[in-house]
Amino acid sequence: MIDKLPIPRWARRAILPIIIVPLVVLYPEYYTSLGTSQLIPTLSTAVTMTVFVCMAVGLNMVVGYAGLLDLGYVAFYAIGSYVAGWFASTQFASHSIVFGAVGVQSNAIGIHISIWLLLPVAAAMAAAAGVVIGLPTLRLRGDYLALVTLGFGEIIPQVVRNGDNMFGTGFNLTNGVAGITPIDPMGFRYLHGILPFLPDNFLLTPNLDVWFYRVGLLLVAITVFCSIRLRDSRLGRAWVALREDEIAAAAMGVPLMQVKTWAYASGAFFGGAAGCFYGVYQGGAIPDNFKLYISTLLLAMVILGGMGNVWGVCLGAAVLSYLNQQGLGAIGNTINSNFGTNIEITKYEAGLFGLLIVLMMLFRPQGLIPSSRRKAEFDVVKEEHETAGVVVG
Amino acid sequence: MSTEAAEAPAPKAGLSGTAILETRAARKEFGGLVACSDIDFVVPERSIVSLIGPNGAGKTTFFNMLTGAYKPTAGEILFAGRDVGGLPPHRITKLGVGRTFQNIRLFQTMTSVENVLVGMHCRLKGGLIRSILRTPGVRREERDALVRARELLRYCGLSERIDDEYSMNLSYGDQRRLEVARALGSEPTLLLLDEPTAGMNPQESADFTRFVSQLRDERGLTILLIEHDMKVVMGVSERITVLDHGEKIAEGSPAEIQANDRVIEAYLGSGAAGGTGAGSGATA
Repeated sequence: MIDKLPIPRWARRAILPIIIVPLVVLYPEYYTSLGTSQLIPTLSTAVTMTVFVCMAVGLNMVVGYAGLLDLGYVAFYAIGSYVAGWFASTQFASHSIVFGAVGVQSNAIGIHISIWLLLPVAAAMAAAAGVVIGLPTLRLRGDYLALVTLGFGEIIPQVVRNGDNMFGTGFNLTNGVAGITPIDPMGFRYLHGILPFLPDNFLLTPNLDVWFYRVGLLLVAITVFCSIRLRDSRLGRAWVALREDEIAAAAMGVPLMQVKTWAYASGAFFGGAAGCFYGVYQGGAIPDNFKLYISTLLLAMVILGGMGNVWGVCLGAAVLSYLNQQGLGAIGNTINSNFGTNIEITKYEAGLFGLLIVLMMLFRPQGLIPSSRRKAEFDVVKEEHETAGVVVG
Repeated sequence: MSTEAAEAPAPKAGLSGTAILETRAARKEFGGLVACSDIDFVVPERSIVSLIGPNGAGKTTFFNMLTGAYKPTAGEILFAGRDVGGLPPHRITKLGVGRTFQNIRLFQTMTSVENVLVGMHCRLKGGLIRSILRTPGVRREERDALVRARELLRYCGLSERIDDEYSMNLSYGDQRRLEVARALGSEPTLLLLDEPTAGMNPQESADFTRFVSQLRDERGLTILLIEHDMKVVMGVSERITVLDHGEKIAEGSPAEIQANDRVIEAYLGSGAAGGTGAGSGATA
């Protein structure tokens, strides 16, 4: 129906963003008026959602674009968080460096660098880690690569869990199981003077989640922007080519190792930034947050949304992180209060997500919003199955 | 019945230009199996040379050594005077060797234009950061690349309609042509075609044969092809090299090859070579 109306193409393409962007950006202003149902995402949930959207879009560059299965993405999240922990807390108490940090005395012990500077630093360090694990492992293909990344995703949390006495020297890098806490808050220390509506310190605002949510959205916007630019670039084409056929790609002049390493590094970059931001929001870098579960959850977000499609992945990440953070519990409570049952639905979380993925694989393997490439691929597979069915029948 | 008369004749005068490709005792073993046994081989610049031989003769293995997909066990491979044996494929491509595949290996869920753009990868510069910022330089480069990709598609006889079509949806003949267009994207000086007319009907083969000559004449390319269709081979090549069981058994002009006893024997089996004269044998 809409197709028949005389609306130019650009306008038709703009309709959805014009509706969705304001709804998302202005969420803190109107969410209280949506009612008191516990199903309505709180702002805190919304902040978590922005973090997971960033990470899923980052992971999508590796898995969706370049076709490299990565089961250890949580490592980059951990690295990002610990960068915040190291350079914006009292962890290294023998130093006293304060640079642009908010909420700390100028002579405070420990290293205190402005979070705004730490975000790119954390991203760069995660990207460097991506390169370091990438170089030796990217010679592997498919399942073998996935296994090594799985290992890497386990190694980093183990290192941070046991990093309070590095190599028996007594050097405390990660503060062990307790993690590094508290991490300095965020705030517009300098801009506040020029533009007073920007808060000096998020923690001192009436609702601190509002500003974290805005910064989270900014990170999402940057991540999505970069992801799309890369997809449409020379590098993005090379990623798709190597996903399709490594041998042909190499024969056409695509340097496999280099291009794969870039995929890893760019994916890790955004994981690091998101991890840093989340560490600051939670006020600490704690080993228990970096579990294999996060890696699989992120992968599930990519698959659910539609591998290779940025918008699909954003949707998948938003849905799953909402369910993970608040939705499942809220649904469980609603069921319990209405039916008098006593089910702790959050206990079945992993099972439910597993079930969701199985159902997706059965009924919509290309994801909620598939990329056109994936769709074409799955259409062919489907056709082949149907033809095979005819032959067999 | 003597089979020793396979002395390779000296290169003819018209073809004795500088060699763009030369292999010296190139050898490839897989475990104990010798797939290519000490092959000496010369491709003069701007010539069209064919590599023929029965199935399993080692032709594709030889190709894979030339393009870097396999590392030679021993021997040298000189491209434009430089030893490229064992270099990774992308380096060899960048030096100017393009190729197509026996069983078409296009990037299926990329459009025709995108396939050619991937072919251009090593001639473009746009890096990660500059691509994100989309600097004027990158913008210009991408625009020019797109124009050139479309030109190449037209040159290879593909219509505008298929520009934005996924390559998996193209007809078989168009896929073959797209493979050539993609290979041309890397601006090769030497183009390796692995059984390019396999699966084509006689008309399509004839068209393709003309196209190969045209590539040489108009673009100054040197062309080395593996081919089974003797009509194509005899029609287009200036020189033919015959492999059998991983060894070079003959080399020469089409007429010489057709008269060569060892070639006839390799194709038709021993005993067949006896009474054949020039022009009759290996045209099957």
